[in-house]
Amino acid sequence: MTKTNSPNPDSLLKLQDMTRSYPGLLANDQVNLTLNKGEIHALLGENGAGKSTLVKMIYGVLKPDSGQIFWQGKRIAINSPAAARELGIAMVFQHFSLFDSLTVLENIVLGLEAHEAGNNLEERIIEISEKYGLPLEPSRLVYSLSVGERQRIEIIRCLLQNPGLLIMDEPTSVLTPQEVETLFETLRRLCDEGMSILYISHKLDEIKALCRQATILRHGRVVASVRVQDETTNSLAAKMIGEDLGTVKMTSAHPPGELRFVVNKLDYPATDQLSVSLRQVSLEVRGGEILGIAGVAGNGQDELLGVLNGEVQTRPSSAIRIDNKDCAHQGPDQRRNLGLASIPSERLGHGAVPGLTLNENTLLTAHERMGLVRMGLIDFQKSEEFGCKIIRDFDVRCHGVEAEAGSLSGGNLQKFIVGREINQKPSVLVVSQPTWGVDAGAAQAIRVALRELADSGTAIVVISQDLDELIEISDRLAAICSGVLSRALPTAEVTLEQIGLMMSGVETLDNEASE
Amino acid sequence: MIPYLEKRAEHSRTMVYISPFIALALTLLGGIMLFSLLGKSPAQAMYAFFVAPLTSLYGWAELGVKASPLVLIGVALSIGFRAGVWNIGAEGQLTLGAICGSCVALWLYQVDSVFVLPLMMVGGVLGGMFWASIPAFLKTRFNANEILTSLMLTYVALLLLSLLVHGPLRDPDGFNFPESRIFHDAASLPIMVNGTRLHLGAVFALIAVGGIWLLLSKSLIGFQIKVIGQAPAAGRHAGFSVNRTIWFTLLLGGGMAGLAGMFEVSGPIGQLLPIISPGYGFTAIIVAFVGRLHPVGSLFAGLLIALSYLGGENAQITLNLPIAVTGVFQGMLLFFLLACDVLIRYRIRFKPVSRFRHG
Repeated sequence: MTKTNSPNPDSLLKLQDMTRSYPGLLANDQVNLTLNKGEIHALLGENGAGKSTLVKMIYGVLKPDSGQIFWQGKRIAINSPAAARELGIAMVFQHFSLFDSLTVLENIVLGLEAHEAGNNLEERIIEISEKYGLPLEPSRLVYSLSVGERQRIEIIRCLLQNPGLLIMDEPTSVLTPQEVETLFETLRRLCDEGMSILYISHKLDEIKALCRQATILRHGRVVASVRVQDETTNSLAAKMIGEDLGTVKMTSAHPPGELRFVVNKLDYPATDQLSVSLRQVSLEVRGGEILGIAGVAGNGQDELLGVLNGEVQTRPSSAIRIDNKDCAHQGPDQRRNLGLASIPSERLGHGAVPGLTLNENTLLTAHERMGLVRMGLIDFQKSEEFGCKIIRDFDVRCHGVEAEAGSLSGGNLQKFIVGREINQKPSVLVVSQPTWGVDAGAAQAIRVALRELADSGTAIVVISQDLDELIEISDRLAAICSGVLSRALPTAEVTLEQIGLMMSGVETLDNEASE
Repeated sequence: MIPYLEKRAEHSRTMVYISPFIALALTLLGGIMLFSLLGKSPAQAMYAFFVAPLTSLYGWAELGVKASPLVLIGVALSIGFRAGVWNIGAEGQLTLGAICGSCVALWLYQVDSVFVLPLMMVGGVLGGMFWASIPAFLKTRFNANEILTSLMLTYVALLLLSLLVHGPLRDPDGFNFPESRIFHDAASLPIMVNGTRLHLGAVFALIAVGGIWLLLSKSLIGFQIKVIGQAPAAGRHAGFSVNRTIWFTLLLGGGMAGLAGMFEVSGPIGQLLPIISPGYGFTAIIVAFVGRLHPVGSLFAGLLIALSYLGGENAQITLNLPIAVTGVFQGMLLFFLLACDVLIRYRIRFKPVSRFRHG
């Protein structure tokens, strides 16, 4: 055993040469990390850099192929999440595992071992929630809670175990700016009491605001381990991405084009308990313009996309007009013929069929607009040409058009899907989460492509949870909350605080009152 | 060393083709064990089962007779299965096709014309389609599970057949036997090879293989079926109609099953009987899966399963084995195939026994 680094007395967790591979992928390659007591330590990296693999090994979900874990200076093996909890490691996952139809208390009990729960659990929950500023009512049913409140359940569940180390996996991806601030206060307070926090994120501002140390991963390797205060967000980004990205060129003050896409007081009732009703949604987009729609996940974004692209048809009273033609009663293929293209947030199984080749996937949305079908028979030569053009134009890295869509990385498949729609030169484009789970290089390429499409005269609606992205590319910004769309404000004039209020539905009420 | 399954990075294309053969080998192995337990010589039994039926021209022709309905229904069902429409009731649709075809034949009993046979075929197809349209309607209108409805309708169809041959369609000169009149020549399928029972249906089965192959690999409808089967949401996004696909696949399967039923009564049987099929409609499900839901695969699978029918009959005669052996063989084949299909997505690895158990 090597002892090159003299053991730091404050070190709580030390990882040495952690390596883990999946079939065809080296997810972690000799990763080292040292985490001190009472420290908020950032684990920074793009999607697919290996952050999740690393923390899963710490939490005992995955077994490392090789490498050593030291906990308070002692070498240990963590064979299961139960063993990790035994040591005092707790984790808040990105995706919550909560039962909607049970109460807060019941959900917490379910996540605990019998001896951890104890008798006075309810009192302890209230005590912790007051102490750390995590207001929560134990008797509330989970389905009635906001995402931020649901996250509090997960955090309290962890704190009940008195952990020495709390791991948080991208905790802010589902929160409004205000909720993020509350969460940060809680985390700082925990840190002051001596708890260590491993904070996983790719959002640089947050890391600047919260963390002391940062370990940066790229392609499964540690590229740097830095003191955050010595770095700027730009230098962190450069280390994380490894290349200079450039920014989207906003063509300043391009003349507003024709009104191309109009939605007027559209209602869509929820179809089941888990979906959201859309109420009186109205929007207008001109050619050459990008309308950004912000919002916390689960506030009606999926329903909005479906209603706009025709996957679900709305009540007869509502009106959707594409280039002044009414299309509220038309299905996706008919709307496509009118010039409306759409890109759903889910790539696999919605935007593309993973088991089919890229060539076949071009047919999904382009078969009619690009004339790829003649007399009911598919012209595979033509679809191949179209597919090859997308691959060339959008720099899709793959084995060629005969590669299965499912074999591409998220970023490349997304570039392919975006390219498929853009190359059809739509007059209106509705996009949901264009860069979700996509590496930074591809994300930037997609944003640039969207901006260029708008500049060529297309009206674009971008629904996204990534505020930075929306601010970067859109001309006007609106937000959706509980199925109600706020009014749209020019991006250049809107403040972050205003957007936050819009996202939590406050601004909308003002809007309704003033009308 | 303990074996375990490891997920493959992408699924193995070779395994797609090899897995039916592994399954076949395991089935044969299972057969050998079965025959040993029954006290028969495995070598003799295997010979009786798989070789003896093919030692004569008549045997080969019989293979075609049995394979025709299996292939005809199997290729049609595979289209539905690709779309995720689980039509389990082909046996009932076959029965309705046979009934409707027979009704035409008996109605035109006095007529001697070349149009009788085509009319019977139309009747058979429409009968099968009608029976399949009931689950299609229930599925699209009420979201009723087509597995249950199509299966239950099979038993209704069998009882309807029984009712008809015991009543209105009974041969008036038939001494009260539950049989219809024997069809006239104009209502009987032409024989393809003299001295055998190989009938026109075999040609239709081959046409069906070619037609469905074209549909699946080249046409937009076939593409829609694949998309909706693999990723319904992507199909919706593309604007492909799920309901239209349900109707199309059920009507296609029903129509082809009905045609196969009509071929049975008009060809090998020659009249309507209370029992007209040894479960072709059910066995065609095995044909579709052993054939990898591919038309050409279904052709070979149909021939293989047809051989098991012939072998089963032969084994009954020469070795006094029960008829159930045929069913056991077919069941084992499907069972092993589904099990082997795991290898398409996973590979078998071995690891040393570890003292620690992971939770």
